[in-house]
Amino acid sequence: MPLLTLLVFAPLLGAVLLALLPREPLAAVRRAALVFALVPFALSLWLFARFRAGEADFQLIERAAWIPAWGIEYRLGVDGVSLFLVLLTAFLTPLVVLASWGDIHRRVKEFFALLLVLETGMLGTFLALDLFLFYVFWEVMLIPMAFLIGVWGGPRRIYAAIKFVLYTMTGSLLMLVAILYLAWQVKTQTGNFGFAYERFLALHLGAREQLYLFAAFALAFAVKVPLFPLHTWLPDAHVEAPTGGSVILAGVLLKMGTYGFLRFAIPLFPGAVATASPVVVALAVTGIVYGALVATVQPDLKKLVAYSSVSHLGFVMLGLFALTPTAVSGGLYQMLNHGLSTGALFLLVGMIYERRHTRMIADFGGLWTAVPVYAACFLVVMLASVGLPGLNGFVGEFLILLGAFGPWPWATTVATSGVVLGALYLLWMYERVIFGPLARPENAALEDLSGRELAVLVPIIALCFAMGLYPAPFLSRMQPSIDRILAHVEAERAPRLAAR
Amino acid sequence: MPPGAPLTWYLGLSAVVFAIGTVGVLVRRNIIVIFMAIELMLNAVNLTFVAFARSLGSMDGQVIVFFVMTVAAAEAAVGLAIILALFRNRETTNADELVTLRWIVLLPAAGVFFHVFLGRRAIAAVKVVGPGLVGAAFAVAVVAAFRLRALPEGGILRDHVYTWIAAGPFRADAVLRLDALSAVMALVVTGVGFLIHVYSVGYMSGDRGFARYFAYLNLFTTAMLILVLADNLVLLFVGWEGVGLCSYLLIGFWYEKPENAAAGKKAFLVNRIGDAGFLLGLFVLVWTLGRHGFWTLDVAEIERHLDVLRTATIGGWPVPVVVGLLLFMGATGKSAQLPLYVWLPDAMAGPTPVSALIHAATMVTAGVYMIARLHALYALAPAALTVVAVVGAATALFAAVIATAQTDIKRVLAYSTVSQLGYMFLGLGVGATGAAVFHLVTHAFFKALLFLGAGSVIHGLGGEQDMQRMGGLRERMPVTFWTMAAAGLAIAGVPPLAGFFSKDEIVSSAFREMPVLGVVGLVAAALTAYYTGRLLCLTFLGRSRLSHEAEHHVHESPPVMTLPLAILAVGAVAGGFLPVPALLGHRGEAGAPLALMALATGLAVGGLWLAYQLHVVHPAVPAQVAARLGGFYQLVRDKFRVDELYDAVVIRPLFAAADVAARGIDPKLIDGTVNGTGMLVAATSGVWRRLQTGNVQHYALFFLLGALALLGYYVGR
Repeated sequence: MPLLTLLVFAPLLGAVLLALLPREPLAAVRRAALVFALVPFALSLWLFARFRAGEADFQLIERAAWIPAWGIEYRLGVDGVSLFLVLLTAFLTPLVVLASWGDIHRRVKEFFALLLVLETGMLGTFLALDLFLFYVFWEVMLIPMAFLIGVWGGPRRIYAAIKFVLYTMTGSLLMLVAILYLAWQVKTQTGNFGFAYERFLALHLGAREQLYLFAAFALAFAVKVPLFPLHTWLPDAHVEAPTGGSVILAGVLLKMGTYGFLRFAIPLFPGAVATASPVVVALAVTGIVYGALVATVQPDLKKLVAYSSVSHLGFVMLGLFALTPTAVSGGLYQMLNHGLSTGALFLLVGMIYERRHTRMIADFGGLWTAVPVYAACFLVVMLASVGLPGLNGFVGEFLILLGAFGPWPWATTVATSGVVLGALYLLWMYERVIFGPLARPENAALEDLSGRELAVLVPIIALCFAMGLYPAPFLSRMQPSIDRILAHVEAERAPRLAAR
Repeated sequence: MPPGAPLTWYLGLSAVVFAIGTVGVLVRRNIIVIFMAIELMLNAVNLTFVAFARSLGSMDGQVIVFFVMTVAAAEAAVGLAIILALFRNRETTNADELVTLRWIVLLPAAGVFFHVFLGRRAIAAVKVVGPGLVGAAFAVAVVAAFRLRALPEGGILRDHVYTWIAAGPFRADAVLRLDALSAVMALVVTGVGFLIHVYSVGYMSGDRGFARYFAYLNLFTTAMLILVLADNLVLLFVGWEGVGLCSYLLIGFWYEKPENAAAGKKAFLVNRIGDAGFLLGLFVLVWTLGRHGFWTLDVAEIERHLDVLRTATIGGWPVPVVVGLLLFMGATGKSAQLPLYVWLPDAMAGPTPVSALIHAATMVTAGVYMIARLHALYALAPAALTVVAVVGAATALFAAVIATAQTDIKRVLAYSTVSQLGYMFLGLGVGATGAAVFHLVTHAFFKALLFLGAGSVIHGLGGEQDMQRMGGLRERMPVTFWTMAAAGLAIAGVPPLAGFFSKDEIVSSAFREMPVLGVVGLVAAALTAYYTGRLLCLTFLGRSRLSHEAEHHVHESPPVMTLPLAILAVGAVAGGFLPVPALLGHRGEAGAPLALMALATGLAVGGLWLAYQLHVVHPAVPAQVAARLGGFYQLVRDKFRVDELYDAVVIRPLFAAADVAARGIDPKLIDGTVNGTGMLVAATSGVWRRLQTGNVQHYALFFLLGALALLGYYVGR
């Protein structure tokens, strides 16, 4: 039973079926899209059930020859690093579909079809074990996302879409060159071409070579993360994207960057990591503080959340490049947390935008009186984002900072100030939106969350609690694979250090 | 319940049932008997509630229904637990296993769920469930404390709930522990907490957010219990931040007023500054231990590896000092010490029972508790302890000075709290851990009482908080007056009331270690007596200065509010005889010199006398004194303008930096560079200009073509 293949291509199949359906009635299209998005989710749960906890290596591997002449294979596999990112993707997509029922009124069928194509791209990127295949999925993601922004976005959508595409492509192009160079190295060192992850891992590369290759990979990933100062495409893309697009962008697409670092850039070029990590850590910490400061003074809710992503992903990067088991675990955990809590923040902003057609903080105030259920959900999600213990964000942040403090005490000290700043911008935003007098009559008439909207938010909130109170089932599945990556990095670096 | 049956019958019945329950628990023959006994005690408590509710006429049939439902649910859960325990391990079902500490935490937590999901539809049930579950937690805590007493000295009860975090080598489990210190704290939190919950039923009645209020209050109790029962510092931090959250929510409880919401936010942020230091302290601790193979923050493990810590250094500094100071930074936030005390006076925006519970009796003592918990670690860091003592003494004096010039009744009490917490840190700093915790306990009684009394006054006057518009309330609010007077004498340090003993022990220890700080303590004690006397005189004595409205409104509070006052008054009067230091194993500290006791008593009485003279006998004099002092008086009245200072030094620069980043760096510098590069390329290449069609598909096409070309190139080589 090729579970992974089914999982990856089920959304694509759904997209094709959806395209064949008639354009009207809209309700039918929407329901069909939800069903097509729930199928991969069900498959992902099955994947979770079949995943053998405690194993470090890739599992459930599926392979087929693809372009044998160049050593290109179709090969999928899952390990502790990718497992939960796959689950997150499959979990968020149906929620995005459901949330978009009220948001998307134009070209509904196309929107959902593109969303499902995007899901195939995302799942494939996380599961591909052949770098050529990885690259194909990586690029497949780009086009539907650009369309989601460019067609269903806000007034400056074309500008935002182009900026998104240009930034991402500039990075990926260099990565492609690096991948091809590596494949060529495989041929030089072993005699024939190969794009397999393991064969890349086994390569012997010189220090300078590693540094250039790392830079090429890192640029592609750093843009996606986004790492300061490559982040300026993100606020524009978020502000212009429709709610569903923002959720997928923040929830999953940004993780492509951090996943790329953990899966490829760090283990493939351990020598370069040693040289580059001071720079990356410095940029990550800068991003934490800088993103938080800029978020503080944003008048637009969506921009505020977008900049908060810059800050949060800075934490993730700090965790990954600290290279201690605790910090990397925290980093990976924080990727999931960010996907949930920031995704939920975008959903909440979208819900209020649908009602009031404004995202300006100044237009709100006193919403607790008008929409208490909304306010309560917002509170939990906001606190998860702040990193309050008992909710998911704390576990990630704590492990990152704890693990990073050993190798990077001063950087971690600066990063810890992000804990204060994070509370500052989120609490202040919440205060201005939810607390205070209900001054505007148009806010007084707001309707509280509908059943559909609750169905979107409640699963996320429940997961925020679960991951905060009982992270063990997650961490225990991640750890072996993380340890394996770190052991590889250590083993590659040790002889180098000894030689010095 | 037949109509007209007097309240006392029910109270009597309830007392009998409760006594039977207590006996059953103390006998602790086997698991079933003890559970039944707890049930009896719970039911006794609930009977009291229902009886009171009936006699106050504020309940309907729903109460009983929900009450029965709650009890039934609890019993079902308990029964299930017993069956499971029997099923899992037939041999070890003895009393040791039964006092599972988790119930102390889970009972109030269950209340949170109840209030959130059902509360708005069943206000009447909230009135029973809210306080009832805290009372039940108190009962379990009492049982657990008796179990602890049965153990040999130094014994602890542990309850391993589950493995919480395990990442890399680091582990932090959800483990609760009960030793003498946490037992004292748990009893204070649940006991005083229970009384304040009961009081709140009266104080908050009719408020639109009644269920929300009790959800927050129960959540607070849960978090505070996690804090005091936590076996490792990460779990402690969960409670630590949790109580901060509840404080934030409760300060901003009446959120419609922007200043309340702002005060809540200020409290959370100032606390978070301290918490950042606390976290860094934990990191230093973990890595120091971890480099020797102990990746843990268990308190017991830390105490076991003190040798490792003693000699370790970080950046040339001894680790215990660095850790001690960083953790103390967290304590200055949570326990409102210099320089992070600024949030506490503003926190009085919350409902008054909240001020009593959170911002006087329990949460703000968390920092004191934390240092007492880690006293073995602090013993390795005399330098850190000196800082603690100096900060504590300075805060005690500084806040007492401010308190003398405030006219808002709650603000006086807020600064008084800051000052009294300073005493506790002074005690910790000079090594008198037992005395500090003792003062924590007595302070919980009399300060909670003062706040609840103030709340009763505010309630009775229809919201008036300015003492300049009070006066002469003694006859009209007798219970409030007498209980508050008891608390006032206790905090002033009049023997033999509670405050006298605990404060005296701290001051005498300070004299032994650092005499200067002892003097500071005495001066602050005199000021304490003065401002407390001033508060009592302005509020209850002299002639009435009530506004016309308040004059009509004034009334004594209902029994549901005055009864907790009376019970707390017992604590304030007799709390000094509790053997708290001895319980904690600090017997050697007691015994202040007689001369010092006499001096302290003289200062207390003198301060009270001065207040009486100035504010009752010669009410015109204070204004003249104030005029004579001129600018200085104004400065004290304005609380030394510390808020304004912080605003200018911290907040404005921060926002200025944020503005520069948001309006300068991001759009101009970074985007400008990127666009500039793009334009440069465009200008130098006609091809590029044609490529920039703005059509995404074109870009994608070019991209794929380029990729294929590159691929072809490499393959063809």
